This record gives sequence, structure tokens and C-alpha cells, in this order.
Amino acid sequence: MSTTWEPVIGLEIHVQLKTATKMFCRCRNGYGGEPNTQTCPVCLAFPGALPVPNRRAIEETIKLGLALECTIADRAIFHRKNYFYPDLPKAYQISQYDEPLCANGRLVVPTADGEVEIGIVRAHLEEDAAKNVHVATSGRIQGATATLVDFNRGGSPLVEIVTAPNIHSADVAKRFLQLLRQTVVELGLSDAELDKGSMRFDVNVSVRPAGSDELRTRTELKNMNSFNFAAKGIEREIARQIKIYENGGTVDQETLHFDPTAEESAPMRSKEEAQDYRYFPEPDLVPLHPAPEMIEGLRGQIGELPTARIRRIANTLSFYDADVLVTGGLDRLWAAVVDGGADPKEAANVLANAFVATGINPSAVNPEEFTKLVASRSEIPRAVFDDALSHVGDPGFSAEPYVAQKAVSDASALEPVIAAVIEANPGQVEQYRGGKQGLLGFFVGQVMKETGGSADPRVVSELVREQLGA
Amino acid sequence: MSAGIDTLRLTAEEALALVESGQVSSVELWQAYRDAINEHDGELHAFLTLVDEPDGSGIPIALKDVISTRGVRTTAASKILENYVPVFDATVAAKCRAAGMTLLGKTNTDEFAMGSSTENSAYGPTHNPWDLSRVPGGSGGGSAAAVSAGLAPWALGSDTGGSVKLPSAFCGNVGLRPTYGTVSRFGVVAFASSLDQVGPVTKNVRDNALLYRIISGRDENDSTTVDVPPIALPEGTDLKGLRIGLPRQLNEVEGIEPGVKAACEAALAKAEELGATIEECELPLSVEYGLACYYLVAPAEASSNLARYDGVRYGLRSEGVDFREMVMHTRHDGFGDEVKRRIMLGTYALSSGYYDAFYGTAQKVRTVIKREHDALFERFDVLVSPTCATTAFPLGAKAQDPLAMYLTDVLTIPANMAGLPGLSIPCGLSDGLPVGLQLVGPQFSESTLYRLGHALEQAIGFDVVPERLR
Ligand SMILES: [Zn+2]
Repeated sequence: MSTTWEPVIGLEIHVQLKTATKMFCRCRNGYGGEPNTQTCPVCLAFPGALPVPNRRAIEETIKLGLALECTIADRAIFHRKNYFYPDLPKAYQISQYDEPLCANGRLVVPTADGEVEIGIVRAHLEEDAAKNVHVATSGRIQGATATLVDFNRGGSPLVEIVTAPNIHSADVAKRFLQLLRQTVVELGLSDAELDKGSMRFDVNVSVRPAGSDELRTRTELKNMNSFNFAAKGIEREIARQIKIYENGGTVDQETLHFDPTAEESAPMRSKEEAQDYRYFPEPDLVPLHPAPEMIEGLRGQIGELPTARIRRIANTLSFYDADVLVTGGLDRLWAAVVDGGADPKEAANVLANAFVATGINPSAVNPEEFTKLVASRSEIPRAVFDDALSHVGDPGFSAEPYVAQKAVSDASALEPVIAAVIEANPGQVEQYRGGKQGLLGFFVGQVMKETGGSADPRVVSELVREQLGA
Repeated sequence: MSAGIDTLRLTAEEALALVESGQVSSVELWQAYRDAINEHDGELHAFLTLVDEPDGSGIPIALKDVISTRGVRTTAASKILENYVPVFDATVAAKCRAAGMTLLGKTNTDEFAMGSSTENSAYGPTHNPWDLSRVPGGSGGGSAAAVSAGLAPWALGSDTGGSVKLPSAFCGNVGLRPTYGTVSRFGVVAFASSLDQVGPVTKNVRDNALLYRIISGRDENDSTTVDVPPIALPEGTDLKGLRIGLPRQLNEVEGIEPGVKAACEAALAKAEELGATIEECELPLSVEYGLACYYLVAPAEASSNLARYDGVRYGLRSEGVDFREMVMHTRHDGFGDEVKRRIMLGTYALSSGYYDAFYGTAQKVRTVIKREHDALFERFDVLVSPTCATTAFPLGAKAQDPLAMYLTDVLTIPANMAGLPGLSIPCGLSDGLPVGLQLVGPQFSESTLYRLGHALEQAIGFDVVPERLR
């Protein structure tokens, strides 16, 4: 008899906060800049330089902790995590260890099959490493001839979020990541852009016989820079492990670097080198005691969160539509358009498809004008609508000039064109009358062509049917 | 003009008066000390780096070479920082500059302030101005020797386990180890962050208070600093109402020299004459466990603090085929034996599996030491003992015996572990060598220590000029 296998997945996510300055010094915190221009004695670890924590970063971590229903510690401390690496100038990272700012939270992930609760073990604050650039022909560390270090990123505030290993499918893992990203973006903490590294994540995967509660050897997947790749990588790793167990083998604890173009995940290094980070409390910093009033103030800044909104919108639309709108950051615009009188389903379709394709930032759109445009969608030619949509993000966009280009729906103007089309296609007329109703589209298409797309296709369709009427 | 200035006897307060009244220019004063350096530093080796141009309008100062000085080489007496020139001033150096002080140079120390004799300097030892065949104490032997021999009116040292108090005792100076957190550590090459504290080394108590006033205070660049209560300049000799405790375990420590005991007893008799009450008390745990506790905490923090010297950004870099080897060669070539010994001790104390037994336990013991002191301060204003059981020992006497060297600090360490201020004042001679008296008070009690120190100074009439230089 064959075993049914249950995947066990845990996630570790790093989100770079977009504070104005770095975590422990007052250097500009931000992407870009000529290498090593955003540095100072503190983030370069000159002798005697000392860290001073960024208050804003602490507040934002607490805010995220609240959004994830964590307990906010009344005493939190920073620890040193010691190891040598060129991108780590102090040879220790200031991080948090056994007294993090936020712990024991959860994020509820709505799915088509109901809600799944993912435990949040902790959310803590730390500093980012700098960036190594290995100068080599292959671009990989193995063939490197030199390493250059850009310390601009070094010392940026990072929040690390660790989930409980209670995710049991690649799809839920992916939805969790999307939902977390949207939460972080909405709270204004980070741009959380995977391609710029402002959101990064590692995935721990193991499998076990369904129904068992053992935790088998896990592998760690790194280097995944999209949620779809993550889902694909997890699926692939689950399948690999199941195959190993079914062939009587054992899974090695190793780190796998995901290459989306390859068929298999390439093991980066087999067996983690046992690292002793010699954690100890950072003596250059004093314990943090977040004041209850401060915590309540931050709680007050949190609006309705994505999970709650998906839940609410799924009462009106399908789960799928609600999920796409919310995780795509489209639902606030959607709500405004619906409030303006647009049809909810139609508005959702426009947003999820045509609008997303334009790449326009939803927050740049004036909902009033957008509502007018959606309302006139069926009355203006498609080309005009598409043109209008590509400009909805422009400052001062007005729907008026587009809406004014109403499609021709006046029967007296369309009837002669229809008559001419019928006249020109006697064969098709005969087939249609013989029962081939599908040819209706053909006639409508011909009429649209003749009118240069300016006719209202619904009116044309009606008139054609009338004129061909059995 | 410098011929008219007796740098051996001139106090900083007197020097300041000369400059402020226009009797002597700032440059003339600086030149007088520079002439003294030129005459005597060949045999003393108190300085590692000399500044060739005075750059202020006030009186000169010498700084221990662990204090970063912008544009002036700062080596921490280590080969690994042989050519390191800071781009920023330590807060204490900036405060001295802001007060108009002119820098004479950087003084010798044990490498990274690790030692009790200044023999661990990578650039050779400093000699005691009272007897050139003897050590000046450590780690801040250079600052103490410079002040004692009239090469600087005053100086700054740094005290982790006794590095201001001990050299001050051995060279006949007044040295303060301030309450932890009252003087900024920003820019001070770190040894053990939770213990390091910069303190003044002076010819008399009033000078000490004047300099402490200048360097102390909350610093936004050092999170561990606090607001400091006003510091009273000591006047008069009345000690009525002052309660002095004599911890038996400190005053009867094993190996105490009869001459040291006699000098201390004579000083205490004077205190009693001036109106103080004196009573014996007990400090058993602090003395029994203080040293062991210190030699876990300090090396542990040092092992992490010194990890930044990796050859990547500044300082020495030795060649290696890859990053790891380059770091290993750099640290092998750059650090001296005592530094390596402490890095190994500290790394071990923090290792997983040993952390709880060593570093964790040491931190708990530290709390015990603090409580034991707090309890005594309910009955006493000041605790008094010798600063060291012996006077300055001969160069080389303990160089091959690290444990004997560590024991030199057994009387200064307990108060340091508790974060308490300690003032060492000269209280007489034993076989022609200065004896130091250690005054320890509760947190922020510097004004009380100065009051007692000043009264005893007046009553004892110790001649601070080394006999061989009179
Ligand atoms: Zn910086």
C-alpha cells in the first residue's frame, strides 16, 4: 500500500524597512547610490563606532507585529550574532535572539477551500549585511578572483518574520507570502520588492506520512525571487523528497539554490557547516521597553487588513476575485468605483485584467473619473476605452473626452450598413438561416469593420438578428 | 619662555589660569610640555604618536591611544592598527577640543588596553617615572607616566578592569574611573563594552573634577550614556558626617605589602581626624568572584569587539588565497599574544554549550556583586581600600605569568563589575614608590569621592613629583 505524504513548510522572510536612515546610524537608507557613498564610521565598523537604534524602525516592527497579532514584548533586547564574512564589517550582526520585539502571532490566509491560520513564531528587528560583488567570469563564488563590497546596504533595517512549520501546501505558502507582502506594503513599512531584494525569503521543506506529527529532515530553499517560482520550487522539492522516501532513501539536510530555468534545484552546499554564532546580548545597546501608549498609538494607525478585506469582498464577489483585488492592491480603487455606481463584477474584471496590464499604480488613479470610464465601457468603442485606460494614472486625467466618443447605436445610421453586409454575403445568410446561429458574430464583425469600430456591438447584434430574422 | 614653566608641578587649573590671564600663551604652554617630552620621553616611552602643531587656544592634554583622534594616528598599541588614522573624533576628544585643549599626543597602553603593566604594547613598554626599571601600571601606563613626569598637565585614560586607577596608583597620580554610562565611549576603541569607561588622570583632585566635568554627559552617539548630575569642585577639608566603610576582604587581601597597608592606614587616620567615621565591613562575594567573573565577561566581549579587525576596510592586511585565509593571516600577524589569549578565552566562554556555564553565570554573578555593594551603600558613603596590594613591580616580573598579572587588578575589579565610580589618590610612599588609595562610592557619587579625595590630599601633602626628578 502506498503512503500519502504531507508536506511541512516553514517560511523565514526578511523585509527591508524603508526608513529614511539606517538601523544603527544616520546614513541614508535607500536603494541605489554609487557604491560606498552611503556609509559612515558606524556602518563601516570603524574602531570605537557605536550603534544607536532607529526609533522609527522599532515602531514599524511593532506595527507589523500588531498586524500579525503578535504579543509585543515589554522588554526586548538586541543580540550579537558573530561570524566572519566580508559583507559583515563588525563581524557580528546586531539582531534579536531570545527576547524579540514581537512573538506568537498569526496570519489567516483565506483560500478557495476556507481559511488557513499560519502561526508567526516571531518578528524581530536586525540590520542588513552589505553587498558582496564577486568579480569573476562565471559570476559564482567558486570561480571568483576578487570580491568587492558595497556597504550602502549594510546596516539597513530588516524585519525577520519566522512562521511556524504549519503550512502544508505550496499554494498556501505562496498565498501567505503574497498576503504578507501586501500587509507590509499597506502598512507603509517597505516596498517589499522581490527583484530589488527589499523582500527576501527562505523556505524550509520536509514531508511526512499524512496523519503523523513527526518532523523529518528539512531542506532549505533559497534564492527564489518570485512567488510563482517559490510555489514551483516547493512543489518540486516535495516531489523530490517523496521520491527519495519511497525509494527507501533519506533526505539530507542541505541548502538548495533555486534556478527557475533548470529542472532541478541545485544543492548549493551539502550539509550546513555547523555554525556557532556565539549569540550574546549586545552590550552597546540598552534593553527596549516599548511604552503601552506608544503601542496603542501604533495600533490606531492600522486600518482594515488584507485578510479581513478578502473575507468581506468575497461576500460580494468570488474568492478568486477578492483575492486578486486585495493581494494586487486593487481593492480600495475597486470599492471607490463601486461606490461611484459601477457594477462590482465588471469593475473587478476591468481592474484585474485590463487595468493590471497597464502597470499603472492604483493609488495614482482618480476614482471618480475611473468610475465614469468603467460606466461608459459598453457604450464607447473598445479602442477608445483601452486608450483611456492607459491614461487613467495621468495627473488631471478626465474621462470626459473619451466618454464623449460614444459608439454609434442609432438604428437609422446602422441599418443601411447592415443591409449592405447582408447583401454582400448571401452564402453566409443562407447558412445562418439554415440554423448556423454562430455566424451572427461574423455579421457583427463585418459591420464593425465597415463602421471603423465606432458602432455599438450590442446594438449591431440586435439589429442583425432582426434583419436576418427567420 | 617655556623655561619659566615648571611642568612637573604646574597643575592644569594653574595652567588654565596662566593662559586665561594672558601670562602665558596657549602655544608657549604647549611648547613647554613638548620640550619636556623631548627631554624625557626617550627614557619613559609614554607617547606613541606626537602632534607637531598645537591646534587649540587652551591648555594641552594627552590622550590614551585607544581614543580616536581625527587626523591623528590611533593604534590602540596594536600592529593591526599601526597606520590607522581616524576620520572622526571620539566624543571625549571632541569635548576636549571644544574646551580649547591642544593635543600633545597619544599615549602608550597595553595592546587594546589588555594588561596591567603597559608591557603588552606592540611598540614597547612605558617606564615608571619614579623608577625606570619598574612598570607604570596598565593599561594606561603612558597617560599616567606622562602626567607624573610633567609631560602633560593632564590626560585621559580608559578603565575596564582598573586601567586608570592602577597606573595612577603606581605613578602617584589621581585617577578616576567614572560611573559606567557617565562618559561617552563613542570613538573609544572597544575592549569590553559593558565595562569600558574613559577617565581623567591628573596631578590633583580638583584637576580631576575639572576634566571629568568636561568629558562627562549624555551622548546621543552612545546609547549607554545617561544624564550626569552636576559635579562639585571640592573645597576645604571638612569630612564631618562622611561614613567610610573598610571592606575587610579588600583591605586584608592576600599578598598586601606592609608599606602599602601602612600608607593606607595613615590616610584613614587623617580622614578620621577630619571628621569621617570609619567602620569595617564585608564584601565577600565581590572579592572572591569578581576577578573570575571579569575574566569571563571582558574577554567574551573583547572576542566580539575585536572581530572587526579583519583586514578588509582599514589597518593591517596580510595576504591570503581567499577571504578566510586573509583574515587569519591578518589577525595572526596583527595581534599580540595577550590579545590572542583573551580572544580565545572569550570565544570559548560564548560557545554554544558553554555559554550558560560561563558567560551566562558571570552575568548573574555580576548582579550579585552589584547587590552586595548596594547593600553596603545603605550604611556607607564611600568604601576605601588600597588600589593595589603592591607598588609598581619591576618590568618583566609578571610578563611571563598571565595569572599573576591578572591578580594585580583584584582590588579594582569588583567596583568596576558593579559599574561604580572609583577614585585612586596617592596616599604616601612605600620604599620610595607611590601607594594608591581607592575610594569607591555608589553610582553618580563622583562629587563625594572628590570631596574625600581632596580633603585627604590636603591632609597628606603627598609630593606628586617623582623623587628622581625633583
Ligand atoms: Zn552609516
